Amino acid sequence: MTAAALLSVQGLVKRFPGVMALQGVDFDVRAGEVHCLLGQNGAGKSTLIKVLSGAHRPDEGEIRWRGEVVSFGNPTAAMRSGVAAIYQELDLVAGLSVADNVFLGHELSTVGFTRRADARRRTRALLARLGHPEIAPDRDVGRLSVAHQQVVSMARALSLDGQLLIMDEPSAVLDPDEVRVLFGVIRELTAQGVAVVYISHRLAEIREIGDRVTVLKDGRTVATGLPAREVKTSELIGLMTGRVLDNVFPQRKPVDPAAPDVLNVRGLADKKRFRDVDLTVRAGEVVGLAGLVGSGRSEILETIYGARKAAEGTVEVDGRRLRRGSVGVAVRAGMGLCPEERKSQGLLLDQAVYRNITVSSMSSFARFGFLDERAERVRSAQLTETLDVRPAGVDRVVRGLSGGNQQKVVLARWLLRECRVLLLDEPTRGVDVGARSEIYELIRALADSGVAVVVVSSDVEEVLGLADRVLVVREGRVVHDGPADEIDESRVLDLVMEGHSA
Amino acid sequence: MSEDTAAVAAPQSTPVAKESSVAALLASPAGRNTGLVVALVLLCLGGVVTAGDRFADVDNVLTILRLAAVIGVVSVGMTFVITGGGIDLSVGAIVALSSVWATTLATQGIANDTHWIVIVFTALLVGGACGLVNGMLIAYGRVVAFIATLASLAAARGLAEIISNRKTQIVNVPGFAAFFDASVLGVPVLVVIFAVVAVAGWVLLNRTTFGRRTFAVGGNPEAARLAGIDVRRHTVLLYALLGLCCGLAAAMLIARTTTGSATHGGLYELDAIAAVVIGGTLLSGGRGTIAGTVFGVLIFTTLSNVFTLNNLSISAQAVAKGAIIVVAVLLQQRLARRSGA
Repeated sequence: MTAAALLSVQGLVKRFPGVMALQGVDFDVRAGEVHCLLGQNGAGKSTLIKVLSGAHRPDEGEIRWRGEVVSFGNPTAAMRSGVAAIYQELDLVAGLSVADNVFLGHELSTVGFTRRADARRRTRALLARLGHPEIAPDRDVGRLSVAHQQVVSMARALSLDGQLLIMDEPSAVLDPDEVRVLFGVIRELTAQGVAVVYISHRLAEIREIGDRVTVLKDGRTVATGLPAREVKTSELIGLMTGRVLDNVFPQRKPVDPAAPDVLNVRGLADKKRFRDVDLTVRAGEVVGLAGLVGSGRSEILETIYGARKAAEGTVEVDGRRLRRGSVGVAVRAGMGLCPEERKSQGLLLDQAVYRNITVSSMSSFARFGFLDERAERVRSAQLTETLDVRPAGVDRVVRGLSGGNQQKVVLARWLLRECRVLLLDEPTRGVDVGARSEIYELIRALADSGVAVVVVSSDVEEVLGLADRVLVVREGRVVHDGPADEIDESRVLDLVMEGHSA
Repeated sequence: MSEDTAAVAAPQSTPVAKESSVAALLASPAGRNTGLVVALVLLCLGGVVTAGDRFADVDNVLTILRLAAVIGVVSVGMTFVITGGGIDLSVGAIVALSSVWATTLATQGIANDTHWIVIVFTALLVGGACGLVNGMLIAYGRVVAFIATLASLAAARGLAEIISNRKTQIVNVPGFAAFFDASVLGVPVLVVIFAVVAVAGWVLLNRTTFGRRTFAVGGNPEAARLAGIDVRRHTVLLYALLGLCCGLAAAMLIARTTTGSATHGGLYELDAIAAVVIGGTLLSGGRGTIAGTVFGVLIFTTLSNVFTLNNLSISAQAVAKGAIIVVAVLLQQRLARRSGA
C-alpha cells in the first residue's frame, strides 16, 4: 500500500514555543484520491498543512514524496515538487490580474522580462481545465467572487504541474451550488490522477467527495485511512471529540403567543441589494434567514444593525424607531451583532479576551471616563466560565483561541450588554462540531431568556434545526416566511435556488 | 501573551530556557522599556566618558530636558494618533502656525492689555483647530491620513509665512517669559509641563474609556465600529488632541526662544514619529506606550547633546539618529517574533 502512496507522512512532530502543535501524525495519500482530514479546531490541521506545503519545517518525523524522503524549505520549493496548498484565507493579491496571481513567485520570463501573453494563454488553459473558462486572465482578482478567487487559487496551485492539492475548508465560503461546482472540479482533477487533501467540518461533504478519512485530535492521528462513505458519523464524531454526541440541536420551547414583538422591520431596502424586507421577531423567538451568499441576507442583517444605511423602511426595537445608519443608536437600543467575518469584523485579535468582551459596555465599567479594569476582568471571567471558553484566562490574546472560542467571546460581549435583539451572521463558520452544539445551546438559552434572535446561515440544516421561524431570501427579497417545523431542507433549497441558473 | 510565555519559560529553566526567558522578559511590556532604559544609560555613559563633567552637570541635564520638553509634548500626542491607526505629518507646521498666530502684534497687544495667558490660549486654539480640520478631513472626508496631513503640512507652514511675513516675531509680554523661565523646586517649568502631559497622557491611554477606544480603533476599526464605537468621531478627537499638544508645544517654544516664527518646528513630524516608533508603539496601530515614547524622546535629545558636546556636526547626528531607528525597529521585530507564535 505504501508503494502506491504519493505522499506518506510518519511520526510528524512540530513544536512551537510553549505548545506541541503536532505530536505524531501518520497518514498517506494515494494518487487520484480525495483524502479528508478531520479534526476539531486546534487539532493541528492547519499546522499539518503548513508543514506539508513547506511553510513550516517539522521538528521530527519524515515526509516521503513519491517514495523519497523530502524536506521542503519553503512553499515555492514544495510547489515545484508538485505539492500546493490553498489556504482558507486565500493568498491572492487584489489589484493584480488573474494571470499575474497564477504565476506569482514563478513568473514566466525571459531574461527578466515577463512573458505576459504566454502567462495569459497558460492561465486560460488552466482555468479551462478547472471548468471555468469564463474567468478572464486579465480581470483584477479583487473584483472576482470568492468562489472564482478559489478557482484562481487552484489554478495557481496547478500552474507548476501540481500533483497534490491541499485544500483548507474550501467550502466554508461557498454557496451550495458553488460547492457542487467545486466538487466537479475536484472530480475532474482526481480523474487526471491528482491527489487532493480535503479539510472540512461538514461531514456530509466528506461523504460526498472523500475516498478516505484521517482523523486528528490534539496533534495526533487517532484514525487513518477510514473509508469515507461507509464509516459511521457517530464514530467520526466520537474520534474527533473523544465523546459521543447524540442530539446536536437543542430542544425548542414553544414561543409564547403573547410575547411582545421586540424587533420590527418594515419595508427595509437599500440602494440595490434588497428591498421590501419585513421582519418581526418576538421575545424568545429565533428567526432564521436562509439564502445563498450574495442573496442579500448579510446585507439585510447589517442594515438592520445600522452598519449600512437603509434607503427606505424602518427598524423598531421595543416600539421605538431607530435612526438609520447608526450602529451606536442600534447598540444603545439593545441590539448586538456577531458579524460574518469574525476575525476582521468581530474581534480585536491582538487584545485581551476581557477587552474584547467589554468593548461594547465600557461605560458601565467607567466612572468619569476612568475604567475599573478589575471589575472588567471579574465580569469577563464570570462570562467566559459560563460559556466555557477554553483555555481559560481573560488576559489571553484572542488571536490564540480557536474559532469556536473566539465566537464565544463575541457572544459574551452581547451577553454582557444584556441585549434585546441579537443578530448572528454565520455563527458557526469555522467552528468545530463540539463547540458548534455548545453555541447552539447558548443561542437557545438566550432566546429562552427573552432575547429576540435572528440567525443567518448558509447551512440550511442549521437554520432549520435552530430557528423557530424561517425566512428564505432570494435575490434581495423575502420569498418565504413560516414556522421552521413546517418546511424541510429540500423545500428551502428549492426556494433558495428557484429562478437561479446553476 | 508575552507575559505568559515568560511565565511558562521560567520554571523549566535549563541553560537553554534561560536565554529564552531573558528574551521573553525583554519582549514583555515592562521589558521593552528596560531595553530603552539600557539604551539611555549607555548613551549617558558615552556622554560621561567623552565629555566628562560638561555632560554630567545639572545645568546640562536641565538643558537636555528643556529641549526634550517641546518635542516630547508633541510626541505624546503623536502616540495617541499612531496607536489609533493614524499618522500626522503636519505637527511641525502646526507648531509653526500656532507660534506665529500667538505672537502677532495684535495677539500680543491683547495679551498686554489683559493677561499673558492669551498667548497660550491662542496657540492652543490654533493648534486644536488645525487638528480638528485634519481629523474631519480624515474621518468624514475619507482622505488618507498621510495625504491629508501632508496637505496640512504645506498649507499650515505657508499660512504661517503669510501671517508673519517671513519675519521672526519677538515676544514682549512681560509675565509670559517670566512664567515659563521659572523653576519649580529647581525643575524648569517647561520640564514640569512635559512631565504633566506625559503622566496625563499615560492615564488617558491606559486608564480611561478614551484610551481603550483608541486601542480598539487602531487595532481593528471595522470591529470597533460594529461593537458600537463611533470610530469617526473618535478619529477626529485623536487628531484634535494632537493639535492641542502642538499648540501647547508652540507656546513652550515661544517661551524658550522668545520668538514666534514660521520656521519653528522644522522636522518635528520626523522626530516625533521616530520617538514614538522606537518607544515601541506599533506604526500600524492598536498598540502604544507613552512611557516608551518618553524614553524615545529622551534618547534622541541626549544623543544630540552628546554629539554637540563633542563638537560633532548636525549631519553626523542625523546619521546616528537614522541608525538608532533602524536598530530599534529591527530589535523590536526580533523580540516580537520570539514572544509571538
